[in-house]
Amino acid sequence: MLRLDKLVKTYKTGDQALKAVELEVPEGQVLALIGPSGAGKSTLIRCINRLVEPTSGKVQLGDVELTTLSSSGLRRERRRIGMIFQEYALVERLTVMENVLSGRLGYVGFWRSFLRRFPQSDVDEAFRLLDRVGLAHMADKRADELSGGQRQRVGICRALIQNPALLLVDEPTASLDPKTSRQIMRLICELCKERGLAAIINIHDVALAQMFVQRVIGLRFGAVVYDGPPDGLTPDKLTEIYGEEDWEATIEAIGEDEDEEVAAQ
Amino acid sequence: MSAPAFDVTSQIGKPWKKPPFVQNPLLRWGLLAGFIAYLIAAYMTIDVNWARVYEGLERGKQFVLAFTSPDFTSRSGDIYDGMLESIIMTVAASVVGIAVSIPIALGAARNVAPLPIYLICRGIIAISRALQEIIVAILLVAIFGFGPLAGFLTLSFATIGFLSKLLAEDIESMDRVQAEAIKASGASWTQWINYGVQPQVMPRLIGLSIYRIDINFRESAILGLVGAGGIGATLNTAFDRYEYDTAAAILILIIVIVMALEYISGIVRARVQ
Repeated sequence: MLRLDKLVKTYKTGDQALKAVELEVPEGQVLALIGPSGAGKSTLIRCINRLVEPTSGKVQLGDVELTTLSSSGLRRERRRIGMIFQEYALVERLTVMENVLSGRLGYVGFWRSFLRRFPQSDVDEAFRLLDRVGLAHMADKRADELSGGQRQRVGICRALIQNPALLLVDEPTASLDPKTSRQIMRLICELCKERGLAAIINIHDVALAQMFVQRVIGLRFGAVVYDGPPDGLTPDKLTEIYGEEDWEATIEAIGEDEDEEVAAQ
Repeated sequence: MSAPAFDVTSQIGKPWKKPPFVQNPLLRWGLLAGFIAYLIAAYMTIDVNWARVYEGLERGKQFVLAFTSPDFTSRSGDIYDGMLESIIMTVAASVVGIAVSIPIALGAARNVAPLPIYLICRGIIAISRALQEIIVAILLVAIFGFGPLAGFLTLSFATIGFLSKLLAEDIESMDRVQAEAIKASGASWTQWINYGVQPQVMPRLIGLSIYRIDINFRESAILGLVGAGGIGATLNTAFDRYEYDTAAAILILIIVIVMALEYISGIVRARVQ
């Protein structure tokens, strides 16, 4: 469904953030992208919807080649790609509802959006999504009144109301506490399953990634060094991705966590 | 992690001081000495004619004493007309100035506008800021003749330089990610500005606008001195006639209005945060 072909990004400073990345994501697959800070995870995600312009290579979404699109064509394709951000990236002075509806901007004209007169179907869908994440009663609150976990759930609604085929998720849990992190990850994965969405999730927390996804990609210095199932991440593999460190504790912790999860249910 | 060799034991028990701003001690003390020498030399060049000051004190006293008996009544018609003209000038110039400033501010923000538009808008701002109000007013009075039209145009022009520059700086320092999130949804440029940028800079825009109205009113009192209409013209006439009590009345009115504007702007700015 999504195919990256020899994707390269070289920044003006000469830093090569991505070195010919090849990646294929089938329909409905949720995968985690792990790697140390500066490995190019954020750049990779942003090259897909061209918030960062790739230097060379191809990004194929369905049968559309994204890298050569004109700006209006790109806007049309961006509607099919929902994005969830680190630190939520809600527009803080807008209401929760406006933030969710901003996901429809690609579908409505300027004056409609300027006057906040979105089609009834959009408003209904926004309420349904907010209800799904348990925030329908907060619709008229300003986004900066919400807690971190609530904001990220609004961010999820904003991405989903686009009715996307693909979700790009950039460090969704980076500023959340461990419990909220799990809830958010679970919510994202559940929603992807419900809607048959493919997702690429950038994540620092290896244990959390292993808990929720079917496939893990390890990125180091802008190149893919691991591509496989979550339980294939041995200490050797983690060392290859992150560098030397004692990984036994991380991996053991996952086992225990999973037991807890089962016990809790 | 291998830290570079650093012998901690030699530091233990010794006081720690912040490294000085200028490393070279000779240069550091030299700069300070040079600055003090320049200051002394500069003050010594000020030439005060004490006899003249003594005479002037009497006039100053009269002027100050006039404030104890301000005369609002004998020229009330002139004061009223002048005030009204100033207020009309202020409001009209602020509305036009702010309306023109917003698109220029967008053009002058590097993170929103492409380079050619950026340079043009920055150029407009630079011109507007380089020319002081009085100079612009003198030029415009020469073109349009005496009266409030010249004052209105001067204030509009000055508003553009002030508001566009500060608003553009606010746009440049906005949170990039919030705007990026709107862009990622497939929004057009205008929608992106409306949803991603405007909410972030709105409090600043409102605060600056009110502050500018305040400045425009004060400026309108000055512009009258060069013939650009408003209360300044009335004030100038009062001074020319040595009617210090009327002048005092006008100044008191200006102070009251400016203070009222200041008070209102404080309330509004607190509200829009």
